[in-house]
Amino acid sequence: MENTYAIQMKHVTKRFGKVVANDDVSLDIKRGEILSLLGENGSGKTTLMNMLAGIYFPDEVEILVNGTPVTIASPKDAFACGIGMIHQHFKLVDIFTAAENIVLGLHEEGKLDLKAVSARITDICQRYGFVIDPNKKVYNMSVSEKQTVEIVKVLYRGADILILDEPTAVLTPQETDRLFDVMRNMKADGKAMVIITHKLNEVMEVSDRVAVLRKGRYIGDVATADTNPQKLTDMMVGHAVTLNIDRPLVEKRHLRLEVRDLTVRTGEGVKALDGVSFQAFGGEILGIAGISGSGQKELLESIAGLRAAEPGSHVIYHPPAPDEPIAGQHVPVDRAGEELLGKTPRQIHSIGVSMAFVPEDRLGMGLVGTMGMTDNMMLKTYRSGAGPLLDRKSPRELAQRVKDELDVLTPSLNTPVRRLSGGNVQKVLVGREIAQEPSVLMTAYAVRGLDINTSYTIYNLLTAEKCKGVAVIYVGEDLDVLLELCDRILVLCGGQVSGVVDARTTTKEEVGLLMTKFRKEASQA
Amino acid sequence: MSDQIIRLLQSSICFGTVIMYGAMGEILTEKSGNLNLGVPGIMYLGGISGLAASFFYEFNNPDPSRLVCLVISFLAAFGAAALGGLLYSFLTITLRANQNVTGLTLTIFGGGVANFFGGALNTMAGGVGQISVAATSAAYRATIPGLSGLGLVGKLFFSYGFMVYLAIVLAVVMHWYLSRTRTGLNLRAVGENPATADAAGINVTRNKYLATCLGAGISGLGGLYYTMDYIKGTWGSDGTIESLGWLAVALVIFAMWRPINAIWGSYLFGLLFWVYLVIPGLARKDIELFKMLPYLVTIAVLIVISLRKKRENQPPASLGLPYFREDR
Amino acid sequence: MTQATQHKEPLLRIVKRDGIARPKAYAIRLIAVLLSLVVCGIFIYAITKLNPVQVYEAIFDGAFGTNRRSWVTIRDAMMLLCIGVGLAPAFKMKFWNIGAEGQILIGGVVTAGIMKAYGSALPTPALLVVMALASILCGCLWGVIPAVFKSVWNTNETLFTLMMNYVAIQITSYCVALWENPVGSNSVGIINQMTAYGHFPKLFGQTYGLNVLLVLLLTVGMYIYLKYSKQGYEIAVVGDSENTARYAGINVKKVTIRTMAISGAICGIAGFIEVAGVSHTISTNTAGGRGFTAIIVAWLAQFNTFVMILISFLLVFLQQGAIQIATQFNLNDYASEIITGIILFFILSSEFFINYRVILRNRKGADGK
Repeated sequence: MENTYAIQMKHVTKRFGKVVANDDVSLDIKRGEILSLLGENGSGKTTLMNMLAGIYFPDEVEILVNGTPVTIASPKDAFACGIGMIHQHFKLVDIFTAAENIVLGLHEEGKLDLKAVSARITDICQRYGFVIDPNKKVYNMSVSEKQTVEIVKVLYRGADILILDEPTAVLTPQETDRLFDVMRNMKADGKAMVIITHKLNEVMEVSDRVAVLRKGRYIGDVATADTNPQKLTDMMVGHAVTLNIDRPLVEKRHLRLEVRDLTVRTGEGVKALDGVSFQAFGGEILGIAGISGSGQKELLESIAGLRAAEPGSHVIYHPPAPDEPIAGQHVPVDRAGEELLGKTPRQIHSIGVSMAFVPEDRLGMGLVGTMGMTDNMMLKTYRSGAGPLLDRKSPRELAQRVKDELDVLTPSLNTPVRRLSGGNVQKVLVGREIAQEPSVLMTAYAVRGLDINTSYTIYNLLTAEKCKGVAVIYVGEDLDVLLELCDRILVLCGGQVSGVVDARTTTKEEVGLLMTKFRKEASQA
Repeated sequence: MSDQIIRLLQSSICFGTVIMYGAMGEILTEKSGNLNLGVPGIMYLGGISGLAASFFYEFNNPDPSRLVCLVISFLAAFGAAALGGLLYSFLTITLRANQNVTGLTLTIFGGGVANFFGGALNTMAGGVGQISVAATSAAYRATIPGLSGLGLVGKLFFSYGFMVYLAIVLAVVMHWYLSRTRTGLNLRAVGENPATADAAGINVTRNKYLATCLGAGISGLGGLYYTMDYIKGTWGSDGTIESLGWLAVALVIFAMWRPINAIWGSYLFGLLFWVYLVIPGLARKDIELFKMLPYLVTIAVLIVISLRKKRENQPPASLGLPYFREDR
Repeated sequence: MTQATQHKEPLLRIVKRDGIARPKAYAIRLIAVLLSLVVCGIFIYAITKLNPVQVYEAIFDGAFGTNRRSWVTIRDAMMLLCIGVGLAPAFKMKFWNIGAEGQILIGGVVTAGIMKAYGSALPTPALLVVMALASILCGCLWGVIPAVFKSVWNTNETLFTLMMNYVAIQITSYCVALWENPVGSNSVGIINQMTAYGHFPKLFGQTYGLNVLLVLLLTVGMYIYLKYSKQGYEIAVVGDSENTARYAGINVKKVTIRTMAISGAICGIAGFIEVAGVSHTISTNTAGGRGFTAIIVAWLAQFNTFVMILISFLLVFLQQGAIQIATQFNLNDYASEIITGIILFFILSSEFFINYRVILRNRKGADGK
C-alpha cells in the first residue's frame, strides 16, 4: 500500500491518575504537510505529542510510522523513528555552544570533531534558511536562536517528522515570520510537521490542515483552505456550558484599584506587560482572560509589590469610602489614592492596604509546604503582637475556623500542608487570604486542578467577598467560568490589554478572538 | 639562582603535586554534579592503602622488586580510594543522601581508617614512627638517570619521582577528555543540566557513578604520592593529609574547574605555602600566617567569580543538587 | 509525578512516600543504628577477636565505667551538642555552614588570648563574661562574612565557610607559636595552670557543671527560638522557599545575615566553653573535627535540639568506648572515628527508607501521589 501517512496514531488514551488527558484520540500526520494541532490550554495537545516523542507512555495506543507499527518508549525510540519534538521549555546546556548542544548524547563513530559538526550544521541551515552560529554559547543567545538550535538538533539527528510545541509563544512577529519560512522550506523537502498552537492567525497562515482537540477529545480535522477563524473558534471552545454560578449584581461599586500604563520587564528584559491600564471596582469580580503567559503572573505580582515596574507605571489604590460596607475595617488613607508601586508587601500592608493574593504557585509561594495549617495561617501576620515570640493562639483558632468552614481534610492542624490534596491546599490558602478581610482580592488560576465541588466552594467564596464590597480580580483559563463568574472580563494578549468586555453580555467567541487576535483598542468599561 | 630559591621551587612542586591529584579527582567528580567533600578522607584511604600494600609486600619479601612495589601500592591506593568514591556514590546517587553530609562523613571515616591502620602498621613495624617502606619509596622517588644531573635545569625539572610528571600528563589528558571527547561532553552536560542530558539519551546515573569513583581514585593518588614520596614511605598521624585534602578542594575553586589551571594553581599554592623559606628573619609564628595565603587567595577567587558572574567560570550548574527523573 | 515513562516497568521502582508516621520513621532509624552497631561489633571483633558482647561491655565501661569517665562522656557530648545547636538555625535556613570548625577556633583563640593577657587583671567571673562576649563577637564575625557575600553576590557559602576554617586554623597556629609555653613545645600548655584564672569554677561540686548548664540553656533557648519566636519562624519560611518568604514580606538578605550571626556566635561560645571550661589551652585541635561531626548531628536531628542531645550522646558514647577498647588492646584512638563513620553512614542511608518506598515489579503498591 502506498502510504502517504508519516504517522498514524489510533485510539490514544492517556490518564494521569484519575484525570483523562487524552480520550481515544486518533490522528494522522501526512508527509509534506504542516498540521496544526489546535486547542485551549489543557485540551491535551502537548500530552498527545509527548507520547510521540517518548516522554510519556500511553495507556492505550497504536502508532504506525510510515505504515509500520512501532512502540515508542523513550526519546531514543522516537529519534529512531525519525520523530523529533521541539519542546516549549528548551532542553539546552547554557554554557555549551550550539554545536556542542547539537551533538550531545549522540553515539557517532569516530572522535568528536566539532569542525565537521559545524560544517554539517551550516549545511542544514543553508538548506532550510536558518541562521545560526555553531560556536555561539547558548547563554548568549536570544530565545529565537535557542529555538533554532533545538530545531537543528532534531534535524541533525535525521528527523523527518517534527513536532513544534507552541513555537511562536516566545517569538516576535518578525521571528515568527522567519520560522514559518523555514517550516515551509522543510515542508517542500518532504518533512512532516505538527505545530501545536492556539493562535488562529498562525494556523491560517502556515498550516495545510487543522486538527482540533477539546478537553482531551478529538473534535475533527479540516483543510485550512476550507475553514476560517470563526469556525475554528467554535470547534475549539465548543458550545457554552451552563455552570449555574450564582452572580448577584452589586449596585454600589466603588473605584478601588487604578492601573495606569503598567509596563514590566522579565529578567531577560522582555516586556511581559506593555502599557496595561484598567480599573478594578469594589463589589465586582474582574476576570482576566488570556492565553497563559500573556502577562497575568506579572500583573498580579507587580500589584502585590513583588515585582518592579518600569518608570511611568502606576498602580493607585483608592481606600473604601465611609459609606462602603467594608469601610469600617480599613484604615482610611489619603483620599487622592495611594501609589502602590515601589512599595514592598510589608510597606503596602503598613499603609493600611489589605491586599489578599492567591498566587498560581500555591506551595512554592503562597504557603510553606513543610508547615501545618496553623503555621501557614500566620505567614503574613506573624509579626503582630508585642515581643519576640509568636502568638499561635489566634492562628490556631483561625486554622480551626478555616478547616471547619471550608471542610479542609487534614489529619491535624499541624500536618505539613504539602501532604494535603490540591483542593485542600487551595482551601487553606484562600481561607487565609479571605480571613484577613481584604479590600482587594487577587487570585491566579484559583481552581486549577481542583475537583468540581471545591471549585464551586471557591466561586462562592469569591462571590461572597464581592458582595461585601471587595474588589476581586480573578485570573482564569476556563472561559465558561469567566463568563459566568465575573462581572467584567479584561483580556490580555501578549502583555497588552486587547479588550475589556461585560461578562453578562459577551460571548465565548468574542473573548476567544480577543485572546488570540490582538487589537490595539485599550477600551475602558 | 640561589640554592634557597631552587629548594623553594622544588618544595612547591612536590607540595603542589599532592593537591593537584586531589583537585583533579575532585574536578572530575564535580563535573558530574557531585560535590564530594570527602576528598581528605579519600586521600587518606589512598595513602594508607598504598602504604599498607607495599609494607606487607616488603615485610614478607626480603628482596622486594621495585616494580612489584610500585604496581601493588599504586593499584591498592587507587582501588581503595575508588571504593570510597563508590560508597559516596551509592549513598548520594542511589540512596539520595545529602551530598555535603555524606562527604563530611567520608572524611571522618577515611581519616579514622587511615590513622587507625597507620598506627597499627607502626606498631607492627616496631613502634611509633617506625614504619618505613624503603624499597617502594625509593621506587617512587627514582629520577630519570642522567637528566637530574643536568645542573640547574636538572634540579628544577628532573629531580622528581614519576608521579610529578604523571600528574601533569593526567591534567592534560583530563583537559582533552573534558573538552574534546564525546563522553567528556556528555559528562559535563550531566553536571550542568542532568534533565537535558537525560533527554538526550545520556545515562545520568552511570556517568555520575563513573566520574565519582574514577575521581576518587585519582584523588587517592594524592595520598599515595604524599606517603611514598613527600614523607618518604612513612606514616604520621598528624592530620596533614586532611589539611592538604581541603586545600585540594580549594584548588578546584581556584582552578575554576579546569584541570590545566590546576597544574599551575597547585604549584602556586605550593609556592604560597613555602614562600616563608626565602623570606629572611621570620619567626615560626609568622610562618603560620604565610600558610594562610592559599586559603585567602581561594576566598578572593571565590568572591571574584561570583561578582563577575562569567558563565564559564562558575561551578557546574547542578553541583550539589540531586537528580531524580521523576521530580521532573 | 511518578508516571512510568518506560514500556516495561523496571524491576525496582522507587516511589516518594507521602509521609510517614513518626513512630515508623524512628523505628527505621533505630534499626539503622542497631545494624551499624552490629557492623561496628564485627569490625572490632575482626581486630581484637573479642566476643561482641564483651566489646559492648567494654564500650559501656569506657563511656560510663567510672564517675570520671561518665563526666568526660557528658562533657564531650555537651561540646558536640553546643556546636550542633549553633548550626541548627543556619541549616534550617538551608545555609550550608561548613565553617563551624573555624568559628569554634576563633572563639577559642580569643578566649585563650584574654585568659592569658588579663588573667591576673580581672576577677574570674568578670573575666569569664569578657571572654564569652569576645568569643561571641569573633564567632559572629566568622559567620557573618560568608553570609554577607552569599546574600549580596550569591557567593557559594559551602566553599566560603570551608575556606574560613583554614584561615582560622592558621590564626590559631600563629597564636600557638606566639604563646608557646614552654618554648619549643609547640603548644600553649595549660593557661594559668597554677592560678586557674579564667577557668570555669566548679558548679554544684562538679568540674563540668557550668559546661552542662550553659549548653543546656543554649539547647532550650534554641529550641524555643526556632519553634516559638518570630525570627525562628522567618528562618523556617526562608528555608522552605525564598519565594514564599518574599510573598510574606520577609527580607531574605537580612534574615540570612542575622541567622548566620547567631549561628557563628554560638559556635564561638562553643570555643569559649572548650577553652575556659575544658582544656584551658588552645591548639589547632581545639575544634577537633567536631565542627563537621556536629553538622551531621544537626542534620540527622532535623534541627530539633532535643533530638540532638540523644545523637550527641550516642556518638560520644561510642567514641569514648572505642578509646577504651583501643587502650585495652593497645590500638589507637582513631578506631572511634571509624565507628562514628560507620554509624553515620547507616543513619544517612536510613533516611532513604524514610522518604522513599521501593516497589518490586509485579507487586502493585498503592500509587505514590
